[in-house]
Amino acid sequence: MAASEIFMITSSPVLSGLIWFVIIVTTLFVARTHAHMGIRSLSRVLHNAMRLTANSVMHAEKKLMQRNRDVLMAQGREASERIIEREFDRVDATVRRDLSAYPALHRLLSEEITRIDEDYKDSTEVPPTPPAWVKAVDAVAKIPSVKGDPMVGNVLEDIHHSLIKANTKATEEYRKSSHARHQLLKGMMPQWRKVKQILGQVDKNINSLLVRSVTIDRHMDEYESIVKGSDKSERMLSSSSLTQFFISGLVLAIAIGGAVINFHLIARPMSEMVGGTSQIMGFQINNIAAMVIILVEMAMGIFLMESFRITRLFPIIGALNDKTRIRMVWAFFSMLFFLACVEAGLAFMREILMEDDAAMKALLREGEASAIVGNSYLWITTAAQMGMGFILPFALMFVAIPLESFVQSMRTVLGVVGVASLRGFAWLLRLVGNISRFTGLTIIHIYDLIIFAPLWIEKQIKDKKQPEENNKEFEADKTVNIRGIAQ
Amino acid sequence: MRIIKTLSIICFVALLTTACSDSVPNTRGVYMLMDTSGTYTKELKQAQRVINFILGTLNPGDTFAVARVDTGSFSEKDIVAKVNFDDRPSMANRQKRDFRDKIDQFVKSVKGSSHTDITGGMLQAIEYLNEAGAGHNTVLIFSDLKEDLREGYVRDIPLQLSNFSVVALNVTKLRSDNIDPREYLDRLADWQKKVESGGGQWRVVNDLERLEGILAM
Repeated sequence: MAASEIFMITSSPVLSGLIWFVIIVTTLFVARTHAHMGIRSLSRVLHNAMRLTANSVMHAEKKLMQRNRDVLMAQGREASERIIEREFDRVDATVRRDLSAYPALHRLLSEEITRIDEDYKDSTEVPPTPPAWVKAVDAVAKIPSVKGDPMVGNVLEDIHHSLIKANTKATEEYRKSSHARHQLLKGMMPQWRKVKQILGQVDKNINSLLVRSVTIDRHMDEYESIVKGSDKSERMLSSSSLTQFFISGLVLAIAIGGAVINFHLIARPMSEMVGGTSQIMGFQINNIAAMVIILVEMAMGIFLMESFRITRLFPIIGALNDKTRIRMVWAFFSMLFFLACVEAGLAFMREILMEDDAAMKALLREGEASAIVGNSYLWITTAAQMGMGFILPFALMFVAIPLESFVQSMRTVLGVVGVASLRGFAWLLRLVGNISRFTGLTIIHIYDLIIFAPLWIEKQIKDKKQPEENNKEFEADKTVNIRGIAQ
Repeated sequence: MRIIKTLSIICFVALLTTACSDSVPNTRGVYMLMDTSGTYTKELKQAQRVINFILGTLNPGDTFAVARVDTGSFSEKDIVAKVNFDDRPSMANRQKRDFRDKIDQFVKSVKGSSHTDITGGMLQAIEYLNEAGAGHNTVLIFSDLKEDLREGYVRDIPLQLSNFSVVALNVTKLRSDNIDPREYLDRLADWQKKVESGGGQWRVVNDLERLEGILAM
């Protein structure tokens, strides 16, 4: 018995179909109220579940955003503190270097000024004192005389001569003293210059401190803005973080390129040390050994930079006391130096192996060892390889700086991506919730459309019996439907 | 203190991993049979070229053996030279030079054999390569593939060639092949059937200018 035959109530398929249709429509009509409730409940459950989940996701998004903001601010605060600390260090260094000598400078300046003052005093012009007997002459001159008295004339003549003589002498002395004063003033010039120079130096030092203080003021403003948690500082830090992420990513990519070159430089000769056929997890052991050496070099470099307090990836190293830290610097540097020497040796070995291979191939191809022609310029490539083998480990040491920036900025970038993902997910949940709600309403309408005939008959019967009540019910149904759509 | 502990654990795990891991054989095993019967000895110079080419292709850790095909080839005495290349490239190159010298010596002093026992040589090759335990095995047959067994020698033995590639090199046409080429074609078809029924892969390379792909892994 075929499955289709089960539904054949009569021999005529059309009649059977019709009977089935009537049965189904009748059943649907009878179960209409419960079916509507079921569909509505299901769609509401889905809608509410999606809405609640979306709310939870949005809540999580807000928390994540707040967390990102906190982290960003903390990073910004730390960075600002570091910058300000560095500025203060510079100010301290300037004060120590230049202004520590200020007392001595002041003493020097005072001495110079005292000396200039003394010289100045010495150089002041003292008017020559008139001879003591001038008053006596004056008295003689006032004696009433008789015209033609030769005695008075002689006395006055003598006095005149004496005065001329005294005047000549005084003039000479005055000239001598003027000359001495001029000499003193001449001697003051280098002292003036020195004072000017000292004052210029003081001015320069003070100016550099003023410039630093302006920078510190600017950084302090930024720091205060970050501490207050202003939106401006958040935007600024976020933008700075994204820039840092891409720049440090670029530098890291360059460093990876360097590491790859380094790897190729030492992978082949490593087979002379550890063999070239054994494998671990599908990788040749010589390749693994070369990779391990490079990674160890990078680790040593990172630790070295940490010990120098250039990076702060491992706070435990930075927090060590200076004596231990300096010891660690030497230990890491020694290891790095040793590894760099090993790499240079391996690079040299690589050249030897390549030459040996070339000779072997030539021998097998030509059948004669004499076919190998020695290249006199081969030492250049050998030296270059050795140099690269020695330099690259030290160059890779500086990967710690972009790595730190990358790790720090990645936290922000991942946060931004996480927030965007959560927002997108919440939007998707809301969309699905709304679709499920409207799908429920659509199903209800389709349901009613299928049983439109009995509904119409029912309405006709009710209209005849209670037209007013039916109208009210119809209005109530309409209102419910409109509300449902509005929700 | 915590750092030292962590480093110790990492070192221990690394050592454990190194000690416990099995090395996957990515090495090659090559066994070359050189026909030294009758007029084919004239082709040995070509064989020498092929051997040099293979020596240039093989890497440290690979296995290579060259054996002659004579009246009774199922014997270790027929192996002219054999080597398992050292892990270190410099040592492997030295081994290659020694191997080449041995082959040169052999080619200069070889004498033609009265019969040709290729199947015996194949059995010897299978035994040798299975023992070597290389990852990819190849048997090269430098011969006209015309088997000529001495009376009483039983060689109707199925060959176990799973995971083996068999390459026939420089399969020269005999005078009788020129009269009736079906003989040549039948000879090749017989060997192909024999190899493939044993689970091996069969190839023929007559143009020795195209040897690049013969040891493809």
